[in-house]
Amino acid sequence: MLHIVNKSATERGALESCLAMATKGSAVLLIEDAVYAVTNGSTAAAKIQAAAADLKIYALGPDLAARGMAGRVLDGVNVVDYGGFVDLVAEHSNCQSWL
Amino acid sequence: MSDMDEMDDGSGIVKKFMFLNRKAPHGTVYALEGLEVVLITAAFDQDVSMVFTDDGVYQLMKGIDSKGIEVKDFSKTYRALEGYDIEKLYVDQKSMDARGLTEEDLIVDVTVLSVDEMANLMAEQDVVISF
Repeated sequence: MLHIVNKSATERGALESCLAMATKGSAVLLIEDAVYAVTNGSTAAAKIQAAAADLKIYALGPDLAARGMAGRVLDGVNVVDYGGFVDLVAEHSNCQSWL
Repeated sequence: MSDMDEMDDGSGIVKKFMFLNRKAPHGTVYALEGLEVVLITAAFDQDVSMVFTDDGVYQLMKGIDSKGIEVKDFSKTYRALEGYDIEKLYVDQKSMDARGLTEEDLIVDVTVLSVDEMANLMAEQDVVISF
């Protein structure tokens, strides 16, 4: 399953809910304000790194760049472009957007 | 100037305005709208403080490149605020720490305040407008 989160982890609980519900082997794609969670020094970074053991973590590159965060991405996070976003949706049989 | 005159045109009345920015840029329209209201306020010669807390500190990041999401990059406008006599820019230390940011990461010179200092600054305002 593909989980998509678009809310900042320091403002909403969407990422936390997502990580609690995502089963082993699932993919989590962070877009829009959710991308701050995969940047060095953010309070969500430790949660992301712990989750990366069981989940595949992706972040949308254009959203990172638009926030000045392109150079601050945590190790182990896969940065994808819009084409990669489409591929992820196509590769997974279902997806859940944590609005 | 009599009280009556002041009521007629309002000239000479300077209030302390705080614009409190708590949202990240781009994900919502708050950051851009807040910036536009601040620029309008500058025309009225008021005592303006601009404050960035919580995700609002992300508005001031250096190196923003928003071409890929096809939205306006308004981050450079913060550097123009000085030209409008808006020179009181404050960020919250705790918010910066929680996001792994330092003053070096920001596009403008700011004053970093503790939570207590920020609380006192807010308490002394005539008007607080939140975005």
